[in-house]
Amino acid sequence: MSSRETILARVRAATRDAAGTPEPAVPRDYLRVHGDRSPAESVDLLAENLADYRALVHRTDTGGLPGLLARLFAERGTRTLLVPDGLPPAWTAAVDADRVPDRAASTARELDAVDSVLTGCALAVAETGTLVLDAGPGQGRRRITLIPDHHVCVVRVPEQVVDSLPQAMERLDPARPLTWISGPSATSDIELDRVEGVHGPRTLEVVLATV
Amino acid sequence: MTGAREGERARAPRTFLGMPRTRPAAFPQAAVAATEDATLRGNLTHATHTIRGKRAAAVAELPDWDRLRAAGAAIKDDTLRHLDRYLEQLEAAVTAAGGHVHWAVDAAEANAIVTRLVRETGADEVVKVKSMATQEIGLNEALAEAGIRAYETDLAELIVQLGDDLPSHILVPAIHKNRGEIRDIFRDRMADWGRPAPAGLGDRPAELAEAARLHLREKFLGAKVAVSGANFMVAESGTMVVLESEGNGRMCLTLPETLISVVGIEKVVPTWRDLEVFLQLLPRSSTAERMNPYTSTWSGPAEDDGPRDFHLVLLDNGRTDTLSDQVGRQALRCIRCSACLNVCPVYERAGGHAYGSAYPGPIGAILTPQLRGTASALDASLPYASTLCGACYEVCPVAIDIPEVLVHLRTRVAEGGTYTVRGTKAVIKPAKGHAAERAAMRAARWTMDRPRAYGAALRATTGTRRLHPRRLPGPGKAWSATRDLPPVPQEPFRAWWRRTRGAGS
Ligand code: SF4
Repeated sequence: MSSRETILARVRAATRDAAGTPEPAVPRDYLRVHGDRSPAESVDLLAENLADYRALVHRTDTGGLPGLLARLFAERGTRTLLVPDGLPPAWTAAVDADRVPDRAASTARELDAVDSVLTGCALAVAETGTLVLDAGPGQGRRRITLIPDHHVCVVRVPEQVVDSLPQAMERLDPARPLTWISGPSATSDIELDRVEGVHGPRTLEVVLATV
Repeated sequence: MTGAREGERARAPRTFLGMPRTRPAAFPQAAVAATEDATLRGNLTHATHTIRGKRAAAVAELPDWDRLRAAGAAIKDDTLRHLDRYLEQLEAAVTAAGGHVHWAVDAAEANAIVTRLVRETGADEVVKVKSMATQEIGLNEALAEAGIRAYETDLAELIVQLGDDLPSHILVPAIHKNRGEIRDIFRDRMADWGRPAPAGLGDRPAELAEAARLHLREKFLGAKVAVSGANFMVAESGTMVVLESEGNGRMCLTLPETLISVVGIEKVVPTWRDLEVFLQLLPRSSTAERMNPYTSTWSGPAEDDGPRDFHLVLLDNGRTDTLSDQVGRQALRCIRCSACLNVCPVYERAGGHAYGSAYPGPIGAILTPQLRGTASALDASLPYASTLCGACYEVCPVAIDIPEVLVHLRTRVAEGGTYTVRGTKAVIKPAKGHAAERAAMRAARWTMDRPRAYGAALRATTGTRRLHPRRLPGPGKAWSATRDLPPVPQEPFRAWWRRTRGAGS
């Protein structure tokens, strides 16, 4: 018998006592959303929770976006900027930094030399202060938001904001590789105290752009 | 590749299994040693008390916590009830997504599979994301014997590995070390494993984190193979889910060419939607956060993004035996949040090492004797490493009635009975007069003789009971049980204690 068959046979033997007993339903009476918010209030909550986990939050509108991004990268001293395919060119029109494309052939060491990365996202979850990237247009490969030390993520509000995790799961496609980001890289491994900044980007800036 | 110098032998790490350097002491001896260590006790008290308060606050933010908890328990029970079906579904989905699925009945087989897979890549080192399953099977030691070096990349695991130590907590394996001790370990040992610690390293947590960042960066950027576990596997979509904080997980999951995930068979959940429950329960119970900094999900290798080869090793290693026990099987709901450790008065005083396995604290006291059996003195003593105060049950996000299982396992040790070993029914004799019983007695005495621990535990639960959900039905004797369970059963243990105290030990 293969190990696969052995394990499956053991499982069947172990659960034999379930046969003929009624199938209990999973209770789904937990809340779909915690609170009743207008779209604007959801965006406010997102901003609050992002900031609570030490992300730097900025707000603007479509017109102000290029100027704001140019200022953020200038203040950071960004000389090289990773830009994934599908990012609206207008976003970076005013940025004064060398563009580095997201290429399969790039090595991790090459990416380690890049100063900053700019992406969009698939959605953001207000109640937890979470950004979700699904490698779609304007988001790039998973590693580009990991290796550079500075990540700027643009969220189109309110359309990309959901309130809760149950709402997020409905919108996300499990077939895509997903990265959920809630604040910059952190650890609680030393005396269970939270310290920001371990392996991922130590600075996370989130731009909430009204469109 | 970095790190492995010509002719250098991979060093065998310490392990709970295989060939430990010293025979593991039964719980009471190890616990006594720990309670006499004032630094250790201070470190543990500080850390567990910090996280307790934060967890309570994070949980209180969700008015539907008790309903989420009930849903989490029910989803896990449904998973266990139909585990064969969900495993086959998972296998089909992972395979369809381009991954490879392997099955391992025990630790030896899992280690052999991983060793072979690493060898096939030609690599002689791997980077690892913290994984309970690989600790349980002693993977690092098995790889070392095959000449493959495994680098732990979680900060706490790194501290443990550099310090030639053993993990003592599920979430924070180095919880028994304070910042000064960690600084010393980094300063003295980092150079042996790669990039040395920065000169003049201080003991501020931020400095220590920075030292780890620099040390591990080299390993990540050059790694060809990674080994991970997973928090959840989604049967319908073949999706693997890893929650983490530091980004070491993302490094391991996206930079190497080959990714090998070793995961216990009970980690499957039926549907994608089920994650909406567990992604609310786990971070708040574990690190007391609304959401942990990073969560990665993937379904097979992604095109042109991350590892080209993905292998999933499904591990039994005693889980099907546990599943056949009608009372004990609820331990398989565990999502390894570690909340039960943080509230346990016995864990706080004894420390994690006393439990002698990768799973310390209350969950270890019920899981280890089921995964490994109760033949050894250590494993027979574990069900006695508790005051049955019930605090563990109250915080458990999947409502595992740990006291109920403890009492059940005590009965098994004291009175014998029928249970399943490697898929076959076996009858065990009562431990009466054996080393196992003496160890159990000493463990019982150790906890009973600590009135402060006992009293504190009782106060801890009675003081907060109002805030906690009503007891949930256990998966219990029948799969469809809907009755309330009896209150935390203290009496049987006390009766047993009075009857046997002074006899045989
Ligand atoms: S038994 Fe419950 S509280 Fe303890 S680690 Fe497992 S899920 Fe968490």
